Amino acid sequence: MTAPTTAAAGQQPQPQPPLAAGSARGLLDRVLRMRELAILVVLAVMLVATQIDNTSFLSEQGIKDLLLNATILVLVAVGEAVVVITGNVDLSVGSVLGVTAFAAGDLLKHGGNPVLSVALAVVLGAALGAFNGVLVGVGQVPSLVVTLGTLYIIRALDSIWVGSREITASLLPSGYKTFGHDGVSAVPYLALVAAVVLIAVGYFLRDYRSGRECYALGSHAQAAALAGVPVRRRVLAAFVLCGALAGLAGALYLARFSYADAGTGNGYELTVVSAVVVGGVGFTGGSGSVHGAALGALLLTSINSVLPAIGVSSVWVEAIDGILLLLAISVDRVMALRIAGLLRSRARQARTGTNG
Amino acid sequence: MSRTSGAVAALAATGLLALSLSACGGATKSSTDKAASSAPAAVQSGSANPNAATKKGLAVAFLPKQVNNPYFNISDAGGNTALSALGESYKEVGTTSATDTAGQVSYVNTLTQQHVSAIAVSAQDPGALCTALKQAMSAGIKVVTYDSDTDPGCRQVFVSQASAEDLGRSEVDLLGKELNYTGQIAVLSAAQTATNQNAWIGYMQDELKKPQFANMKLVKIAYGNDDPQMSFQQTQGLLQQYPDLKGIISPTTVGIKAAAQYLDGSQYKGKVLLTGLGTPNDMRSYVQDGTVKAFELWDPGKLGQLAAYTAVALASGQITGAQGQAFTAGSMGSFTIGAQGVVTLGAPTVFDSSNISQYNF
Repeated sequence: MTAPTTAAAGQQPQPQPPLAAGSARGLLDRVLRMRELAILVVLAVMLVATQIDNTSFLSEQGIKDLLLNATILVLVAVGEAVVVITGNVDLSVGSVLGVTAFAAGDLLKHGGNPVLSVALAVVLGAALGAFNGVLVGVGQVPSLVVTLGTLYIIRALDSIWVGSREITASLLPSGYKTFGHDGVSAVPYLALVAAVVLIAVGYFLRDYRSGRECYALGSHAQAAALAGVPVRRRVLAAFVLCGALAGLAGALYLARFSYADAGTGNGYELTVVSAVVVGGVGFTGGSGSVHGAALGALLLTSINSVLPAIGVSSVWVEAIDGILLLLAISVDRVMALRIAGLLRSRARQARTGTNG
Repeated sequence: MSRTSGAVAALAATGLLALSLSACGGATKSSTDKAASSAPAAVQSGSANPNAATKKGLAVAFLPKQVNNPYFNISDAGGNTALSALGESYKEVGTTSATDTAGQVSYVNTLTQQHVSAIAVSAQDPGALCTALKQAMSAGIKVVTYDSDTDPGCRQVFVSQASAEDLGRSEVDLLGKELNYTGQIAVLSAAQTATNQNAWIGYMQDELKKPQFANMKLVKIAYGNDDPQMSFQQTQGLLQQYPDLKGIISPTTVGIKAAAQYLDGSQYKGKVLLTGLGTPNDMRSYVQDGTVKAFELWDPGKLGQLAAYTAVALASGQITGAQGQAFTAGSMGSFTIGAQGVVTLGAPTVFDSSNISQYNF
């Protein structure tokens, strides 16, 4: 109660600081957009170069494949990005994806409604996310440890429940499988789903108060709490969203690969975290955007398509992923230092301006 | 992508990867190659009497890599069928995890204490079971490995599902017939370092040198790392890089499934043929909708039957496990023990639309 009033009281005599803050935010936005633009340029150059080398790369089927390959990773990366923006991390997404994919398949196998089975996957994912969120937000335990624990717990329960059973293509209704690979000309249905989610979450983070609060608490949780941000509730919500999106991704994984077993999604969390970091979402929290994370996911999956198309051995894929990751982190670090310097010099200017 | 992580290794170590396919994937690795590699055969004691009568009332225990695994359910049921036909008793024990080696060792010890007549075991690890199995053999229990071998000194006979040579050559023959022996083909393998895959691919390349394959060319070997997404993208890459590609051989159950699913949902369906090693349950819908004409694998039921007949022949004194000895396995005919005490089931079973409905594993 006291925190906001003191802040307001401090602001009233001088109208200068809000203005400075506004321009700082504009600067940050510009930088973020530049960061996303850079990935987009890298992606475009890579795709065009591949197309020149192999003219069938960007055929209708080729574009469809690129989008399909990225869809599932984009969905999980968007959820992960929100969690990372709040200054946390969710390592359990791979396990959640695996268990929800099987749950959806199990329902479909017994003649369940496809829409209902997708909903089941989303709800189950959200519930698992809520479990993470409660432990992290309310229990005040570091998310890295909590979600590493739930990664193993969920995978273990999944293994006990699933056992040696598997969901194979012949057990799934053909409409569900068609949904997994068909689309409107070159744009697959799955990519449309991912695009809708991306736009909605991006809009929420940019233009909603609660969305901006996610950035605030990721930048400095204590300061955000003092400023009246309901930290625990926001963290919980971020984990629920991340879980729900991992669940949705699980249902779509099933549609796309027509297969799920106890090992589905094993190790996927590392791919997701890579995509988020390559996409410019800072691991210290409070910076980056879901659009960046989605672009990072698209870039990573496209590399895996580009290399075979130009005949490069797949053993290079992992090395290239790693190099990209380090490159992304280096760029972010250099930019962070530059911005900090810029903001400092502006603040100095502002101070001297008011004094004089 | 970045799957080779400590976290993944830790997951595997906790024994959570209870995949049915890891059973037969791993099986092929340890069987076909270990049998071909060196290491001295077990010193066989006693002499065989091929005309000895088959004993009745023997207790034969099956110890699969993992119980409740669809693949081993079939193989052990085959063993049960053969044993009841001969008037022997059957039981199955084992761990619920395919990576619980310590658990498998304690099952061997228990069976030794119970003094069963013979043990048919699919080893989770080639070396770890050795001490326990040698103890069992010195107590007079006959030891047969099936599907997945131990070191040759730790058992009397290994019942191998198929030889590397049979698997490699027959896959090329299968695709050759479908393609009328013309056109470009590619291989979608697992990891570049997988010994069993490379052994099979070596035989494929050798088979392609035969005159009838003069118009068939292997243009590329791609590696999907037994990961669905990676196998998907490698398949896409093959089709983009080689627009004239006519066929793909994927000698891995994960690879063939991913390639089939991709072909099924793409413009290449029906234009590019696919074959390889797969399980009927995984491949059923692709065979039914015409994406895949035929693929192959050994019949696990027959593998279990042969393991049972081998165990009974050993316990009856008809064979000791030395090279050149022969025995009869019921309706399956006569089998001869090869080098290092290996009996091979024979050519793999080909599954197509005419017979796939009879199999459920």
